Amino acid sequence: MKSYDIVIIGGGPAGLAAAVSARDHGIKSILILERDKELGGILNQCIHNGFGLHTFKEELTGPEYAARFIEQVKERGIEYKLNTMVMDISPDKTVTAMNREEGLFEILAKAVILAMGCRERPRGALNIPGYRPAGIFSAGTAQRLVNMEGYMPGREVVILGSGDIGLIMARRMTFEGAKVKVVAELMPYSGGLKRNIVQCLNDYGIPLKLSHTVVDIKGRERVEGVTIAEVDGNGRPIPGTEEFYSCDTLLLSVGLIPENELSNGMGVEMNPITSGPFVNESLETNIEGVFACGNVLHVHDLVDFVSEEAAAAGAHAALYVKGRSCPDVGSEIVFRAEDGVRYTVPTTVNPARMDGKLTVRFRVGAVYKNCYTAVYFDSERILHRKRQILAPGEMEEIHLTKDQIEKYPDLKTITVKIEEA
Amino acid sequence: MEIRTLTCISCPMGCPLTIEMDGDEIISITGNTCKRGEVYARKEVTAPTRIVTSTIKVTGGSADMVSVKTKTDIPKDKIFECIKCLKGVSVRAPVHIGDVIVPNAADTGVDIVATKDVE
Repeated sequence: MKSYDIVIIGGGPAGLAAAVSARDHGIKSILILERDKELGGILNQCIHNGFGLHTFKEELTGPEYAARFIEQVKERGIEYKLNTMVMDISPDKTVTAMNREEGLFEILAKAVILAMGCRERPRGALNIPGYRPAGIFSAGTAQRLVNMEGYMPGREVVILGSGDIGLIMARRMTFEGAKVKVVAELMPYSGGLKRNIVQCLNDYGIPLKLSHTVVDIKGRERVEGVTIAEVDGNGRPIPGTEEFYSCDTLLLSVGLIPENELSNGMGVEMNPITSGPFVNESLETNIEGVFACGNVLHVHDLVDFVSEEAAAAGAHAALYVKGRSCPDVGSEIVFRAEDGVRYTVPTTVNPARMDGKLTVRFRVGAVYKNCYTAVYFDSERILHRKRQILAPGEMEEIHLTKDQIEKYPDLKTITVKIEEA
Repeated sequence: MEIRTLTCISCPMGCPLTIEMDGDEIISITGNTCKRGEVYARKEVTAPTRIVTSTIKVTGGSADMVSVKTKTDIPKDKIFECIKCLKGVSVRAPVHIGDVIVPNAADTGVDIVATKDVE
């Protein structure tokens, strides 16, 4: 059986950045396994600009951002296999994969980095009544059809959900000659970035209807139209508010779900809030030597932060392979997400294993204005930062230092919460 | 006197901005919570620009489509003219990032360039 120090599952933005970082931290034996025919993952179909402002201080398109990292991987001579599907990872880190050239094969890894990304929530998860006509696509599928395969999914479009991919596709389909009639969002706020609402909808006069959903799809062979209704505070349609839109296409942009079948298969413990693994400060799962980063860990809005997180995972995996010097003593500090904070990544920190600085990422559950982000070390508040606005669509982060944590030798829990002004 | 309304995109607040105009002259900007809102409003009402991205056909290569963009931002009212000048355009592989696909798109003085390598 072939063996590598680090095997990385997925060659998208997370996998690429993890590989580069692991190499730069002294690991030579690295293999990336990618199921698509090229590296770069979802960035290849994200042809719009706006990527890389944090990482490269310039505004790149998705393919350009991916190309920067692919170049770094190639410069370093990091091995990768394309068209290769990972079937299984055992708890002892035997990776079973297959492709057309080699058939089914096994690879033994000292460390595994999970970087499989996420997939879109499908129609089946939404309970929309009606037949199953052609013309219903997830926004990402439509994006792939238009941008990579050169097909137009339809001419008259309604979009359900205001996730970023749906907003981007509203503009993209408009460029290609389609009429986008409306974007309906179940929640009272958009799930997408403000910038996308303005530059993808407002610029083209496309209405966004908040607190609205699709209650019926008309058409047997092909979508002929959809009925949209307003919803009450519990998300239930309000009778009498129905409005019919004729269209041949319905795009769904209703959320992303980390793709963790492989992680589940090997016994990685999952956080039900993020649908991604629980990880410690090293982005390491409950299985020693198995790390996670990017959208498989929790869904991000900006690829720059995926790259940053993945680089940390790569560095920690390298440290693990080289033999971590600090003992795995049982002095883990637990993070608690409270009062509006839905989750934190990581969920535990062991100060002995911590770098100088730890980035803690989190999301809030609703829109909060004029509030404070607060961090408590047990019962003592150590951070109280004024925030004009916090929104579910925008990931937040705080930074803790090793010095700060080591001043509290008996620290048990770190609580992150939102406090009203 | 003309009143224009915008949503600021500088942060998730999305302040509703109201700009009072007299011809091309800005009389007042209100609704912003911070300085960035004013800067954004000033640019949006006087010279709004966007980077335009799209795809074109590529023949004889490893992919069917290659993504393209205007090399820099162009005036907002030229967006559809830029899109139109890509109609029917196709290139032969290989194509590399930065290759000029359409020079001086829609007389903006800005080239449309490839944003992906297709070998």
